[in-house]
Amino acid sequence: MSPIAELVGVSKRFPGVLALDNVSITLARGEVHALVGENGAGKSTLIKLLTGVYTPDAGEIRYAGRPVSFRRPLDAQAAGISTIYQEVNLLPRMSVASNLYLGREPRGRFGLIDHRRMYADAAALLSQYGIDVDVRAPLQSLGLGAQQMVALARAVSVDARVVIMDEPTSSLEPREVDTLFRVVRDLRGQGVAIMYVSHRLDELYRICDRVTVLRDGRVVHTGPLAELDRLRLVSLMLGRDVAEVRRHGLTRFSESHTAAAGEPVLRVRDLTRRHVLSGVSFDVRPGEVTGLGGLLGSGRSETAKAIVGALPVERGEVTVAGRRLRRLSPAAAIRAGISLLPEDRKAEGIIPELSVRENIVLAAMPRLSRVGVVSRAQQDRVVDLFMKRLRIKAASPDQKVSELSGGNQQKVLLARWLCLNPKVLLLDEPTRGIDVGAKAEVQQLIDDLAQEGLAVVLISSDLEELVEGADRIVVLHAGAVVDELAGDDVSESHLMAAVAHDGEAPE
Amino acid sequence: MTDLAATTSTAAPVADRRHIARYLPGYGVYAAVAALLAFNAAFTDHFLTVGNLRTQLIQVAPVVIVALGMALVIGTEGVDLSVGSVMALAAAVLPLYLGYGAVPAIAVALVAGVAVGAVNGALVAVVGLQPIVATLALFVGGRGLALVLADGQLKQLHNAALLAIGSDDVLGVPAVVLIAAALAVAVGFVVRGTTFGRQLVAIGGNRVASQLAGLPVRRVLCCTYIACGVFAALAGVLATARLNASDPSALGNLMELSAITAVVVGGTPLSGGRVRVLGTVVGALLMQLVRATLIKHDLPDSTAQMAQAVIILVAVYVARERKSR
Repeated sequence: MSPIAELVGVSKRFPGVLALDNVSITLARGEVHALVGENGAGKSTLIKLLTGVYTPDAGEIRYAGRPVSFRRPLDAQAAGISTIYQEVNLLPRMSVASNLYLGREPRGRFGLIDHRRMYADAAALLSQYGIDVDVRAPLQSLGLGAQQMVALARAVSVDARVVIMDEPTSSLEPREVDTLFRVVRDLRGQGVAIMYVSHRLDELYRICDRVTVLRDGRVVHTGPLAELDRLRLVSLMLGRDVAEVRRHGLTRFSESHTAAAGEPVLRVRDLTRRHVLSGVSFDVRPGEVTGLGGLLGSGRSETAKAIVGALPVERGEVTVAGRRLRRLSPAAAIRAGISLLPEDRKAEGIIPELSVRENIVLAAMPRLSRVGVVSRAQQDRVVDLFMKRLRIKAASPDQKVSELSGGNQQKVLLARWLCLNPKVLLLDEPTRGIDVGAKAEVQQLIDDLAQEGLAVVLISSDLEELVEGADRIVVLHAGAVVDELAGDDVSESHLMAAVAHDGEAPE
Repeated sequence: MTDLAATTSTAAPVADRRHIARYLPGYGVYAAVAALLAFNAAFTDHFLTVGNLRTQLIQVAPVVIVALGMALVIGTEGVDLSVGSVMALAAAVLPLYLGYGAVPAIAVALVAGVAVGAVNGALVAVVGLQPIVATLALFVGGRGLALVLADGQLKQLHNAALLAIGSDDVLGVPAVVLIAAALAVAVGFVVRGTTFGRQLVAIGGNRVASQLAGLPVRRVLCCTYIACGVFAALAGVLATARLNASDPSALGNLMELSAITAVVVGGTPLSGGRVRVLGTVVGALLMQLVRATLIKHDLPDSTAQMAQAVIILVAVYVARERKSR
């Protein structure tokens, strides 16, 4: 098979990070090429280089045998590289036909748009893909799957020779996925090269011919997908050698918490939300760190959000210390004693304009006030206590929180939740994006809290952290619990196996 | 006003220019007022007299009151366009209930402000409309309702108690000025020292985070819009008392813009998360003084409007620097 698009030794640097480091990848005509990797591996940077959003700092992009440099997305599109994004990026209020022919509408006399021809062409085009819709209807009246197909039809009808699909199935029903795959196979038959980006391993094995695995901006593997079993693929993505794992790690967690006994303090039952969570149930005992494992998009963060009522669910119940929460809302969860340290520190955590003090007492403020008037003395007591205990480095409690380092911001957020005296602490990626020193301190703290009898739920993409931090790991896949590891099974190899062998999982 | 304390902790000043750039958006408005007063002391006859300053303060008082409410709303990352219409509504309601006495009539007028604020708050906090759209509805509808209530007519008022509020002095200071000052102090305290005020600022600073921290986001937003409505209604009552007449077709026209201007010029960012109470008061004063200065120098009102436009642009431009940090 002859290559149509190639990256040769491409590097791309952003302030502070080397997003792609000497990456080479080849897309051949008539192949479906899987591109996989965890968050931050460099997938989206790679896509943006191919589509002309970024230009490489080093290396070369070759297209149809010649070196090219796309200055802007339009250049790449004109050359025949089309992209279909996760969220359909079309114009929801315009008609299906207008969306298909936007910017290249058939013209009639006087240069006006020939609507009749456009509608006829659009209907003919869509019927090739087995889509039968009213092409005059606004796009938003179609289901998401059909919209995705329209996006695909548009991408292909501009004579695309390379189609990049970024998580195309994330909002599709299984039946719609089947239709999509049929179209993908047709395209492959016509000699189109398809780059397929997805976290859903099942799909990769159904549709892809070859795979390239990215990790930390480097290509760690490339080759036929069929020669790679799931476990091996996952271990490549996560950067863990299957055999080599047993050794005692670098994290600051102690062996395990013996205090983990007795009745569960948190019971989660049947949390369900369409396309996101399907019947998630598990228990958390006091004095125990329960890990939530799974690949990106498996529903870990969503589970945590649903428990505290920040993500509405259709079904499910949460019981804290024997009392069922009647309504799930962040305020109710906090009253019941559940705290969530959210994943996205900037967007969901800190209030950048406010001081360290105010960020710490934010949730506890009503408790530290008398008849609605803030008590500075009570605040100072709490703030002082937690700034010392968590060793928060700030010039003073009055310093703006946005001026602190990431690690110290994270500690401020931890202090916000700890000063509520919770029974259950949900930690979503507590050490992401913070420096090594702060990371060790946070891990130590998690350990201490569990020793003191707090029930901790830990979500982490860092396998080592999860395995060494957690006493038990609940493994999620596609929004459902597929496995639970306890005791000696809490090891990287078992976890990877649980994450990878997901074929039998109920959808 | 709320961040005075934060300035103590910064490291040694690195470069003077950066220092200035940093404090200009916050304190430039005070400097501008001082400069304007100095200019007038030197070049304008009879400007720095008790009589003139009195007039300026009386004229600015309603704007200050409305702007205080507006500052709270803007602090939540919102805006309230309906304040001028609420003033008209209060003015229209007053004569209908003056038969029961001044106090009940004023109370009903303030209730009208509560009602409008509650509708605004519900549209923003519960329905989830954008503030500019939600309050636009009552910007249009409120004045319409006021005109219906008043039969579209100007009504002379003769209630002595009501008119006294507009014209009397307390300890030598006009009552309206005292009311505005008292409200400014009260709002300053609410913003700085109460859970409501701190929650308001937090919600404006990061709504998602506030929600996750269990803050009563809806309640705070509703109360904020209600407070803004009540302040506007009060301003309507005071302006009507000064005018000796209820004039719902003209009262409060363009007040929303004056109030927003005062807030922005005073250093409160439109992006929310911060409320500068003293800055808002001084911002309103600055706009008033600019206009008075130009008029005293026989420049037409249209010139004053252009000068205001320039000030707004400068204020917004200076505030922009802070974001890029």
